[in-house]
Amino acid sequence: MEERKTFTISIYSENSVGLLNRISGIFLKRHINIESLNVSGSEIEDVMRFIIVVNTTETWVRNIVGQINKQVDVINTYYHDDEQTIFLETALFKIASHLLFDERQIQNIIKESHSDIVTVARDFFVISKSGRRDEIEELYSKLRPYGIMQFVRSGRVSVSKSEMHISAMLRAFQNETV
Amino acid sequence: MMDVKTIKKEQSKTGTKVRITGAEAVIHCLLAEGVDTIYGYPGGAIMPVYDELYKFQDKLHHVLTRHEQGATHAAQGYARVSGRVGVAIATSGPGATNLVTGIADAQIDSTPLVCITGQVARHLLGSDAFQETDIIGISTPVTKWNYQITKASEIPEIMAKAFYIARSGRPGPVLVDITKNAQFEEFDFEYSKCTAVRSYNPVPKIDTEKLQQAADLINSAKKPFIIWGQGIILGKAEEELKAFVEKTGIPAAWTILGASALSSSHPLNVGMVGMHGNYGPNLLTNECDLLIALGMRFDDRVTGDLSTYARQAKVIHFEIDPAEINKNVHADVPVLGNVKDALEQILPLLKENKHESWHEVFKAKYAIEFDQVIKNDLYPEKEGLTMGEVIESINEASKHEAVIVSDVGQHQMIACRYAKFNTSKSNITSGGLGTMGFALPASIGAKMGAPEREVVAIIGDGGYQMTIQELGTIFQTKVPVKIVVLNNEFLGMVRQWQQLFFDKRYASTEMTNPDFVTIAKGYHIPAVRVTKREDLKGAVEEMIASEGPYFLEVMVEKEDNVFPMVPTGASVSDVRLS
Ligand SMILES: Cc1ncc(C[n+]2csc(CCOP(=O)(O)OP(=O)(O)O)c2C)c(N)n1
Ligand SMILES: [Mg+2]
Repeated sequence: MEERKTFTISIYSENSVGLLNRISGIFLKRHINIESLNVSGSEIEDVMRFIIVVNTTETWVRNIVGQINKQVDVINTYYHDDEQTIFLETALFKIASHLLFDERQIQNIIKESHSDIVTVARDFFVISKSGRRDEIEELYSKLRPYGIMQFVRSGRVSVSKSEMHISAMLRAFQNETV
Repeated sequence: MMDVKTIKKEQSKTGTKVRITGAEAVIHCLLAEGVDTIYGYPGGAIMPVYDELYKFQDKLHHVLTRHEQGATHAAQGYARVSGRVGVAIATSGPGATNLVTGIADAQIDSTPLVCITGQVARHLLGSDAFQETDIIGISTPVTKWNYQITKASEIPEIMAKAFYIARSGRPGPVLVDITKNAQFEEFDFEYSKCTAVRSYNPVPKIDTEKLQQAADLINSAKKPFIIWGQGIILGKAEEELKAFVEKTGIPAAWTILGASALSSSHPLNVGMVGMHGNYGPNLLTNECDLLIALGMRFDDRVTGDLSTYARQAKVIHFEIDPAEINKNVHADVPVLGNVKDALEQILPLLKENKHESWHEVFKAKYAIEFDQVIKNDLYPEKEGLTMGEVIESINEASKHEAVIVSDVGQHQMIACRYAKFNTSKSNITSGGLGTMGFALPASIGAKMGAPEREVVAIIGDGGYQMTIQELGTIFQTKVPVKIVVLNNEFLGMVRQWQQLFFDKRYASTEMTNPDFVTIAKGYHIPAVRVTKREDLKGAVEEMIASEGPYFLEVMVEKEDNVFPMVPTGASVSDVRLS
């Protein structure tokens, strides 16, 4: 059996309405769970960037990337393993304000975790932590005994160590068509 | 009346654009793309376009099918014989959902289609309005591309893009959904064809290094074997295929959709691969030392069990779609790009060869298959009629020149196995989806797409009843298709599996059929039933000789089976002869 790994799929695409549906269908059809999904702008104007994290074999990820690439509105797609990318996730923790004073330990936990206090209101405060999944999970497990009012974690965002040459591709297209 | 040419003239004279409605713009787009025939069915949300079709009926032939599924299959038949884009049109809601089977069929068989659907007005979208359905969402997994137009001004650009995407690269179906307000709105119309889309690379560039590697493998192979697919037909590479096999002397077999790209009588054509393909080609796939795949995608009905498929061979895969490389079978040398160009470029790198002793192996296998299967199918000694002898009579009467449109089931496999073709684009069948009900409407489109050719539909008694209402279309348009129903009073292919793999438990496969001859006559189509061997030849000749549409029912043996057979999941080496 081929080894399963975490792969980050990066898609550069046109900003088209139905594309997310098309792409998620490719995973759905193969029963491959999307671990996280993030859609945002990219370094190029009007070009969107999807970051999709999956846990599967390299054969499958190659196959999926082929199917994604084939979509008309997709400019190009790449996949990388964790060694080949710089990546992080961000989590927000909403915690009751009185705990800051009642539970002295919480201040230490926050300090040691290198998280930021985003806001402090009378009833609650919010801290944000960016980092790898295990760092966020560690903070979560430390805060949990004191009570977390709300917790949310974003999808992974990542940039690849190697170049992806999207701008060059788009330039080449322009040169060919004019 | 203003056609697109006059519009263009006016533009060049005055430099101004023409103010027309979205609905009229749709017609001008179709005319500008060279469309002459479209298949469809009207309804509320598409009525403005139909109103324009009424005005343009001298330029654009609209064929009213009797069901929207028939419209898509007819458009597919048209596209497959002509190599042009087929067009189907329907209203929103049920009209649109009725298109879906044909769209899915076109997607898996790479058939270029543009499907146009009406949609409720923009302000009603998402309100569960009358006949609103999310056809974009529904059709997404089965289209190459789709788009919902909500303003008239989008029409020219999107229609141009739709045609370009449908026909370029690996072709496929595109759906354009147009809200009713966009059909009514007026705007300044101007059309220019689409020639490129920046996020879309339909034809990868050929890597000459790969060509050299492929040539080296071919030149040194002792037992090379070619399997070609529909890519040869879609890529218009029939001549290049012929030159390639003739120079190299390599035995060449075809997938169902590749049939007819090389003449059936060509000495290097060794037959069909796949579940009901020929004995030699299946068996020898696992004996060749080099497998050369040309425009085919290693469908599971071709390969059987992948873990035992051609493991001994090096594989060269000529393919236009990068997603197909290494999808099912690992390619030692992938040659991406247009297969016509690739074959043309590789030819000078190849050495002439004959591979005589290797051909002898194929011939020996053929002799075994002839003795155990083919002889009994084509020249039976038993009393009941076989499907094979019907196909053989059609071969003779049509002199191998007919377009054979087959439905799905035993008769399809028999038709593909035994029909003889001199000309490319002559085997029209639903390969990847296996859609029963395909053949009758597809034959209408095929005859309209190739009016100079004889078109014979071969249909089972089951599949015939899935789209039998298209007899109405044939009656109304008088399109001279020849319909042959091979009636075994069974859903024969399923019954065969029940016999072989479910201990003959014939669950819901026996059918009590109506009088098909009377039904055809109800549509004023001449109709004949054959029950005896001595009547067969004459009846087939009379059908081929007839001018108009014609219906022929042949009562065949009820429980015949199709062999050879590679059972699902078995290795091609385990192909059974009985
Ligand atoms: C729309 C659809 N439904 C079901 C099937 C499954 N199926 C495949 S072949 C077959 C039997 C076809 O019977 P018939 O048309 O009489 O042809 P025969 O096999 O008897 O020649 C069936 C039910 C299918 N391919 N398509
Ligand atoms: Mg039948």
